[in-house]
Amino acid sequence: MSLLRQAGRVAWKDLRVELRSKEIVMTMVFFATLLVVIYSFAFRSSDPRAVRGAVPGMLWVALAFTGTIALGRAFDRERENDTMRALLLSPVPRLAVFLGKAVAMTALILAVAVVCVLLLTVWMNAPLLEFPGELALVVTLGAVGIALIGSVFAATLLKVRSRDVLLPVILYPLLMPLFVAGTKTTMALLSEIPNLELAWFWIRFLGIYDAVFLVLSLWTFESLVIE
Amino acid sequence: MAALDLVEIKKVAKRYGSERALAGVTLELRAGSMCALLGHNGAGKTTLLGVLSTLVRPNAGAITYRSGAKSIEGEDVRRQIGMLAHQSLCYGELTAIENLELFAGLYEVDGSAAALKAVLDRVGLEERARTRAARTYSRGMLQRLALARALLTKPSLLLLDEPFTGLDRGGALSLGEQLGELKASGAIVVVVTHDLEAIAGRTDHIAILRRGGLVFEERADTYSYEQLKDIYHRHAN
Repeated sequence: MSLLRQAGRVAWKDLRVELRSKEIVMTMVFFATLLVVIYSFAFRSSDPRAVRGAVPGMLWVALAFTGTIALGRAFDRERENDTMRALLLSPVPRLAVFLGKAVAMTALILAVAVVCVLLLTVWMNAPLLEFPGELALVVTLGAVGIALIGSVFAATLLKVRSRDVLLPVILYPLLMPLFVAGTKTTMALLSEIPNLELAWFWIRFLGIYDAVFLVLSLWTFESLVIE
Repeated sequence: MAALDLVEIKKVAKRYGSERALAGVTLELRAGSMCALLGHNGAGKTTLLGVLSTLVRPNAGAITYRSGAKSIEGEDVRRQIGMLAHQSLCYGELTAIENLELFAGLYEVDGSAAALKAVLDRVGLEERARTRAARTYSRGMLQRLALARALLTKPSLLLLDEPFTGLDRGGALSLGEQLGELKASGAIVVVVTHDLEAIAGRTDHIAILRRGGLVFEERADTYSYEQLKDIYHRHAN
């Protein structure tokens, strides 16, 4: 209970700081909007099949890029006044620090995912809301995965000078299965004849992927952040 | 959890790649004392502070934290540690009150309005600044907030890394008084500094590091600034 309570404190602190500055969310939304607009010029078509084929990729590319921006900035913020040291120095279990950061990051990615889904629905006439439950589930699992893996590496790279370059280089190969699963699920949901069986296969895959990385992250976080 | 009585540093060594940061440092820190860690830049002072704070893992040797007859570790040790560093370790977007509320929660200590007011009064952070975002503070105000954060948790081991840097004379004097009070209350105070004038007459013992090794250690409660300067120049160079 204490672990979850303290994780909640860390998460609420992150969200409170973000609510004050709105810096990360604004950047993410701006970037996501820009991506959707640029894509819409390239892929907008009167052929609904073309839209159904392109939109899953647009959604997950937007989440990948904005997620990395959020991770980089959220952990950079902990560097500015060396507040990460204050968190790690506190008697809170270090796993609570990790979980708190990951929960806050998930919330930010989900907020931007909502904006992306709405933009794609309106701009591209994408039928993204035909299966809202399944879509919400796959996007949530994707956001959780990005936040979990990203938080471990963003925290580890905190003291590395070239962290802005290294973070995506390390992160994207590890997240590739997540993006493939997310895109495949969205494609299965958007296809002319929706393939729910295939969608659920990839949703289950994402669930297992997240569970594996949750265990790995909890196992390695402390040893990675202590010098 | 009872306060720390003794911290034993035994043959602690730390390397960063091929760089030797600490080379078998042995030192004892007792309750109610202030130890000044001195040395040139790169001598290993901050690394030793990092090891003491549990945030840097030594490659060899060990640190034992004793509370009564027991030795404690992990979260129990961290609960006893307060830190004042170059940076404030506080969130710029949050106000002084919100920062202290957060850390009171994390340390599970009294975070009531009265307790926060008491600690902010103690460090002399002016009342109208307390509800302003900490990023608007001057260096001196930030240092007062950082001290309030460190004192709020009633640490029995206070680690200070160049705490006098950037403070005006009044701020430095006030900080010195606070450290004296903490020491008198039984805390172990470890201060890394180049400001010998600020610690002269306050520190009980000095430890001088050179290239990661402890080259001098002695009781120093009667030393004047001039004497400290002389000892420092003889051993740190």
